[in-house]
Amino acid sequence: MSIDIKTARKVAHLARIEVAEDALPPLADALSNILAFMEQLNEVDITGVEPMTSVTPMALKQRRDVVNDGGYPDKILSNAPDAREGFFAVPKVVE
Amino acid sequence: MTDLSKLTIAEARNGLRKGDYTASELTGQYLQAIEAAQALNAYSTSTPEIARAQAKAADARLARGDAPAMCGIPLGIKDLFCTKGVQTQAGSHILDGFKPEYESTITSQLFDAGAVMLGKLNMDEFAMGSSNETSYYGPVTSPWRRGNDDTPLTPGGSSGGSAAAVSADLCLGATGTDTGGSIRQPAAFTGIVGVKPTYGRCSRWGVVAFASSLDQAGPMVKTVRDSAIMLEAMAGHDPKDSTSANLPVPDFEAALTGDIRGKKIGIPKEYRLDGMPEEIEVLWREGAEMLKAAGAEIVDISLPHTKYALPAYYVIAPAEASSNLSRYDGVKYGHRAKIKPGEGITEMYERTRAEGFGDEVQRRVMIGAYVLSAGFYDAYYIRAQKVRTLIRQDFEKVFAEGIDQILTPATPSAAFGLGEMADADPIKMYLNDVFTVTVNLAGLPGVSVPAGLDAGGLPLGLQLIGQPWNEADMLNTAYALEQACGFAAKPDHWW
Repeated sequence: MSIDIKTARKVAHLARIEVAEDALPPLADALSNILAFMEQLNEVDITGVEPMTSVTPMALKQRRDVVNDGGYPDKILSNAPDAREGFFAVPKVVE
Repeated sequence: MTDLSKLTIAEARNGLRKGDYTASELTGQYLQAIEAAQALNAYSTSTPEIARAQAKAADARLARGDAPAMCGIPLGIKDLFCTKGVQTQAGSHILDGFKPEYESTITSQLFDAGAVMLGKLNMDEFAMGSSNETSYYGPVTSPWRRGNDDTPLTPGGSSGGSAAAVSADLCLGATGTDTGGSIRQPAAFTGIVGVKPTYGRCSRWGVVAFASSLDQAGPMVKTVRDSAIMLEAMAGHDPKDSTSANLPVPDFEAALTGDIRGKKIGIPKEYRLDGMPEEIEVLWREGAEMLKAAGAEIVDISLPHTKYALPAYYVIAPAEASSNLSRYDGVKYGHRAKIKPGEGITEMYERTRAEGFGDEVQRRVMIGAYVLSAGFYDAYYIRAQKVRTLIRQDFEKVFAEGIDQILTPATPSAAFGLGEMADADPIKMYLNDVFTVTVNLAGLPGVSVPAGLDAGGLPLGLQLIGQPWNEADMLNTAYALEQACGFAAKPDHWW
């Protein structure tokens, strides 16, 4: 499976990374090479094999659904590039 | 005053308790050494004020006789660990100026035990790399050189700053993290000991996430004994990490008897690669002979799916990374790109990430987005997770047959020159992890032990892979191997 320029453009957008038009062909090549390396996995017989979903077999922990942390908006906002009146500020998203 | 730079953690612990020197004196010497070693670029930030205050507090505890093993021990902390109020950038431009409001569980535990933080250590961006060349802070230069050749060499990666700092005596020990080999490969390249614990042994809380099902923190130190001491302080159950194991932490140091009589050491035939340098082959064979001479039984074993570990890793790790790194969007912390009139939030996200992430990180995030996208998820991601099951079963099978540990080379070569791989295919760089990555996929513990020098005088390491949760026995075998190898080489002080 190789990646064409159209797919590279789509992947870049899915990943929310701006890529200039003239950078798309080398990107498509680089991604295709990596995918070609992954093609080796097709040699493996995976019939009847369960995908690994837990690294060490353990039951996922549960806790009561209660508020157990928070109440410090100043700390949460302290690293924001733009924060106003207790909120994160972003460019306008609705007209 | 005596030269305190050559101490091990165990020696410093004993010296501090006896009052031969104070934690403040020890810390002062290391801060000077760091100041004089700028050429290595091992530290991205130094924190002398914090270090002096922590050393003073450690001295008070030592005076009271209330001093855990790590009390007063000067450490370097990989920049991947969130440290309260101290710049934490994971080697990335996108986290410019980020100062966490919280402390990672591991650094909290180390500081509670009295350890001293000298500074934050340089690393590959988001721990993605094997040479420290993807760091936004610039590469780390290894203290090691090939004989009289002054070509700058890589200390390995991603924990390259940690490896260089320990090897150049710029700290007594360092924290590292290992997703595919990022503790063990740089440890092997710089002649130090690096431990990747069983997945779940050390809390991931407050450690910047790369691939959550593979990431595990561990110690990088000068000796196996030091690794036992430091691992004990780092390990333990943490309710804030849902994959942290609720198991008691053994006394790892007490397990170091050096007695490995009757242990079964597996030698996996699949780790014998075509084109592997003869010296690696010899080192491996000699390592097995040393363990045999110490009373262990050497057993040929097979781990048939080894070949598929790297391609599976390069599906799974980027998939998890693309999800984890989606949080860097220019809103909550770090860098935000400027937008032009008429542009909106999507342009802000996309430009922020284009400016903030380096090439390798961008490549992996995009590969991850691709293998998780509709239509490809089953073909790549689910298939890789099934292959991962088979890789884990390979190990389960040999352990069930009575194998205690597995001996392999740590890396397929000695350290290479900075820039030497610049034009190479990224996959060539990925091959650095060929012997280490299986351990992360299977969630097992592994340790790299310095075992010898190559023809150019550069360190080479051997890896021991242990059974899950049995780091103690693995470290004991590593201790026996360390004693037998007698590795004592140090880099010449040129910096």
